[in-house]
Amino acid sequence: MYLKTTWKHIRRSPYQALAAIMIMTFTFFVAATLLLAAGASQKILSYFEGKPQITAFFKDKVTDKDIGNMENALKNTGKVSSIKYVSKEEALAIYREQNKKDPLLLEMVSAEILPASLEISATNVSNLKDLYEFIKKQPNIEEVVFQKDVVDTLTSWTSGIRKIGLSLLIFLSLISVLIIVTVIGMKIAIRREEIEILHLVGASNWYIRWPFILEGMFYGVTGAMIAWSVTYLILWRTTPFLTSFLSGIPLLPVSPLIMFFLLITLCLGGAIIGIIGSLLALWRYLK
Amino acid sequence: MIKFNKVTKKFKNGTFGISNINIIVEEGEFVFLTGSTGAGKSTLIRLLIADILPSEGSIKIGDLEVTKLPKRKIPELRRSIGVIFQELKLLTDRTVKENIALSLEILGKNHQEIDKAVVEAIKIVNLEGLEDKFPLQLSGGELQRTAIARALIKKPKIILADEPTADLDPATSWGIIELLNNINKSGTTIIMATHNMEIVNSLGKRVITLDKGKIIKDQKKGKYETK
Repeated sequence: MYLKTTWKHIRRSPYQALAAIMIMTFTFFVAATLLLAAGASQKILSYFEGKPQITAFFKDKVTDKDIGNMENALKNTGKVSSIKYVSKEEALAIYREQNKKDPLLLEMVSAEILPASLEISATNVSNLKDLYEFIKKQPNIEEVVFQKDVVDTLTSWTSGIRKIGLSLLIFLSLISVLIIVTVIGMKIAIRREEIEILHLVGASNWYIRWPFILEGMFYGVTGAMIAWSVTYLILWRTTPFLTSFLSGIPLLPVSPLIMFFLLITLCLGGAIIGIIGSLLALWRYLK
Repeated sequence: MIKFNKVTKKFKNGTFGISNINIIVEEGEFVFLTGSTGAGKSTLIRLLIADILPSEGSIKIGDLEVTKLPKRKIPELRRSIGVIFQELKLLTDRTVKENIALSLEILGKNHQEIDKAVVEAIKIVNLEGLEDKFPLQLSGGELQRTAIARALIKKPKIILADEPTADLDPATSWGIIELLNNINKSGTTIIMATHNMEIVNSLGKRVITLDKGKIIKDQKKGKYETK
C-alpha cells in the first residue's frame, strides 16, 4: 500500500526524482571510489610493509660467526619480524634474474664482487629508524639500505586519501541530504491538499509520512546501486591496465565478496541518507 | 449520543462561529442543521471531528470527550466517524474505487476485505461501472456519491454530511437523501447540514435551525425556517 503510493509520488514528478537519483549516484560513486582507493592503498602499504624493509650489506671479509652474531643481536632487539640471509651466490642469482634481458651486464659480474646481505623486516614501520641506526653502528656492515621513504610516502598517501576522502564524503552526504530535503519538501508542498484530506479522514501521521520516507530511501538506494554498477564496470574494464601498472602488487582483480560488501555498504548508506533527508523534510514542512 | 454543552467557538479574527450551543443527538437520530450561510452549521461539523477546537464548553461523543482529546488520538476519532465534506475532499489522483477504499486502508484492513467492501459500497451508492474513473471524469452527483461511499464503507455509527446536495439537480439530490435515509434506518446517526428547504420539509426529521452561531429553533419533526 505504502509502496504503491510511493511509486505514484515518484512517477508524478520524474524530473525531480531523476535529479535526486543523479546526485545520489554521484555521491555514492565518489564514496565507492574512495572506499576502494582506501582499501587499495592499505593493501599496497601492507605489501611494502611485508617486504624486507632493511637490507644490510656485509663487508667482504665477514665470517659466518659474525653473521650469526649479527642475526642474534637483531633478534634480541625485539623489533624484527623476520631476517633472511642472502649469500654472495644468491645475490648473483637475483642480479641475473633482474638483468636477464641485458647480457652485457651479466658478463662483467661474478659472485665475488657482490656482497652478502641480511634482509630484515620490522614488526612495525615505526621501528625502522631505530633498527637502521642500530645496524649502521655494527662493525661488519658496509652499507644499509632501507625502504623508509617508500613506506613513509605510502603512509602519508594513505592518510591523505582517508582525510580528503572522509571530508569529501561528509560534504557530498550533506549535499545529498539537502537535495532529498528539497525534493521531498517540494513533494509535501505539492501534496498539501491531499495531506489535509488524509488527516481529515483519520489518517495517522505515520500513514502520511511512510510514503515520503520510502521515497527518500528509494532515491538513496537507487543512486547507490547505479553508482556501484558504474564503479564495477569501470573497475572491470581497467583491471588489465591496472594489473600491469601495479606489477607485482597482488591487488587485482577485486574479490567479488569485497564488491558485494561494497554494494551492501553503499545501499545502507543510501537508505540512511534517504531516511534522514525525508525525516528532516517532514519535520520542516509537515508540522 | 452526541452532546454539545455550552459550546462557543470564537475565531482568531474575533467572529463567533457558534455561541453557547447546547445540543443532544441520540443514537440513530437523523438531524438536519439548517440556517443561512455563516450560521455555524459547518463549524459544528468541524468541531465534531476536532478539525477546530471550541473556545468554551465541551463536546462528547458517547463517553469520548472530544475537547480533551490529545492530538495523537484525533485520527482515531476521525476514523470512527464518516464525514461527507462540503468540498467533497476527494483525492484527484485516485480512482473512485481507490478513494472509497481509502477509509479502510487507513483502518489497516487487508486487501480482500477492502475489495469486498468497496464492491458493496459502490453498489449501494449506485456507482457501478465508474470504479476506475478519476474524480475529474465524474459529474457532481457521482462525485457526491463517491464521497458518501467513502464515508459509509467503514460502517460508522455517525455520519456527518455538510451540504451533500449543494449544487446538485433535484433528482440527484433526492437520490442522495434517499441513500442517507436508508443508512439511517440501519441505525447510523446522521447529522446533515443543508440549505435545501424542500428536502428538510418533506422528510419530517429533527431540524435544528441556526442563526449567527445560535440555535433559534430545535424541532423534533421540523420544517425549514427562514428568518
